[in-house]
Amino acid sequence: MTTTNPSADIVDALSAPGQDSLSASRLTFTREGKLVIDGVDVSLPVGSFGAVIGPNGAGKSTLLQLLVGTLPADSGAVLFDGDDLLAMKRRDRARLVALSEQHGDGDTGLLVTDVVLLGRTPHIPRWASEGPADRRVVADALTAVGMTEFSNRPFDTLSGGERQRVQLARALAQEPRLLLLDEPTNHLDVRAQLSLLSLVRAQTAAGLTALAALHDLNIAAAYADSVIVLKAGAVVAAGPAASVLTGDLISDVYGVRADVLEHPRTGRPLIAFDTT
Amino acid sequence: MTATMTTRPAEAASARRERRRVPTVVLVLVLSGILLLSIVLSVTLGPADIRPAEVWGSLLGHLGFDPTLLGGDVLSPLRDGIIWELRMPRILTAAAVGAGLALSGTVMQAITRNPLADPYLLGLSSGASLGAVAVILLSVGVLLPVAAFAGAIVALLATLLLAGAAGALTPTRTVLAGLAVSSFLGALTSLVIFWSATGDTYREILSWLLGSLSGARWPAVAIALGALLLVGIPLMLTGRTLDAFAFGDNAASALGVGVNSTRWLLLSATALLTGAMVSVSGSIGFVGLILPHAVRLVAGQRNRVVLPLSALAGAIFLIWIDTGARTLFDPRELPVGILTAVVGAPVFALLLLKARRIR
Repeated sequence: MTTTNPSADIVDALSAPGQDSLSASRLTFTREGKLVIDGVDVSLPVGSFGAVIGPNGAGKSTLLQLLVGTLPADSGAVLFDGDDLLAMKRRDRARLVALSEQHGDGDTGLLVTDVVLLGRTPHIPRWASEGPADRRVVADALTAVGMTEFSNRPFDTLSGGERQRVQLARALAQEPRLLLLDEPTNHLDVRAQLSLLSLVRAQTAAGLTALAALHDLNIAAAYADSVIVLKAGAVVAAGPAASVLTGDLISDVYGVRADVLEHPRTGRPLIAFDTT
Repeated sequence: MTATMTTRPAEAASARRERRRVPTVVLVLVLSGILLLSIVLSVTLGPADIRPAEVWGSLLGHLGFDPTLLGGDVLSPLRDGIIWELRMPRILTAAAVGAGLALSGTVMQAITRNPLADPYLLGLSSGASLGAVAVILLSVGVLLPVAAFAGAIVALLATLLLAGAAGALTPTRTVLAGLAVSSFLGALTSLVIFWSATGDTYREILSWLLGSLSGARWPAVAIALGALLLVGIPLMLTGRTLDAFAFGDNAASALGVGVNSTRWLLLSATALLTGAMVSVSGSIGFVGLILPHAVRLVAGQRNRVVLPLSALAGAIFLIWIDTGARTLFDPRELPVGILTAVVGAPVFALLLLKARRIR
């Protein structure tokens, strides 16, 4: 596959050094004596949207946690623009990398604007109050996800899709350069899924690098510039969705048969599962 | 994209669910005013009739001013003694203990994300009780507050070691370890009481177990107020860090908060504060559990707002409850811990009925 578009670069450990915004190598993590992440490499060019896919228990969430530093990797390195993320102080890292998780059952009693303001935590000095600049960032983040009118609504009264958009705004308020999303479209209806991923793509078009753990292969195929496929904690394939997502790979990783078609409008891969 | 952004008709109606907030500064100023007023008024209440002008005069006199300044009265030594040696230290202790317990409860609930958490979660009250009972019954040769504080700290260490033994100090492990330590020390306390208590000491023990401020003099003020200033004020400033835990440990960690170190630090600080309070007043229940909830129902859930407001509300609440405990059935005195629940539970029930949003 030859292309001049940098955002569609083949994403694997072999891509040219210096172009990558995120580059993790040989990450391993053991939980209760079991190797959960087994020598995983990740590299993503600046401004690209990567997807981590794989069956339940393949280590998708764990990989994101290692990258954001909420779990300590046993070995390996994570470089971001040449800086060693794992050696950074937690607060400094939180200004570079944000993680947006699923929070379906939150009963926090916080207003939407309070939730987004949490994203300013690593920027506001510990004993100080937020300033006008912080409030401006919060307002901008809410505008970016189209939730401005919801600012003063209790977070718990929102629908799943609205909550997920607020969580995205919270992550954006961290002003990160790398955004990690852990199954951002789980439990959302189709419209909310597409809306959320369009928002993420708008951010990557503006220069943010994003990596999302996704369950839905068609969603990954439709939005991601590159795909990393995990199976039992190891990378089995990585690269542009069109070259990675094949019937053989899906059969190997998920144990189901599928035909990979071409989307009639976008030309991206479209996966039709064999349900006979 | 634009199509997915249009407002659904239902959302226009739900805009009514928006909340307007009273500025925190206003709430803090109002409660501070009520607190000062409560202190002065509650000094005047009791078997001996005392006028506010006399309170003012006594206060000025002891602070080295002319007692007649701004209409203060000159008092006889007896009346001055009632104000300055009996009521004033007791009321200030009540205020400090109330503030400390409410503050501890707020932090405990936030750090364990458990609405049922209270300052005694880590087994502190049972540890303190064992210390106190040992002094009362077994004539251990130390002062009661010292023994109670030591007991609380032993309980704290046992709980933290038990909870942290497996590495991470998670909310669930903390709560369960506290439960284990509590039950064990509670059983030991009961055993000591059962084995050696006689008629007279029963009442003394019961009054301590339920919490009482009847013995509070200036040394108690020094302990309670000192702990509040040294530990309570810094705790009050941790609201933003606590708020970062709203979506769990992972989210807090991704926001740059050191989850384990923060939890160790805050649990220890809370325990020191609670231990100091328990050592002067016994284990007064209810204040630390319910007041934070009452404040949240009124002022929302942000910890950096809830912390200072809980402290002020706790101080006011305990001043009036203790005033009730010493005046309602005069000359008999009730343990203040009975009244905190008798008065506080119905008030809380009313708040709960009004707040339909709580599921």
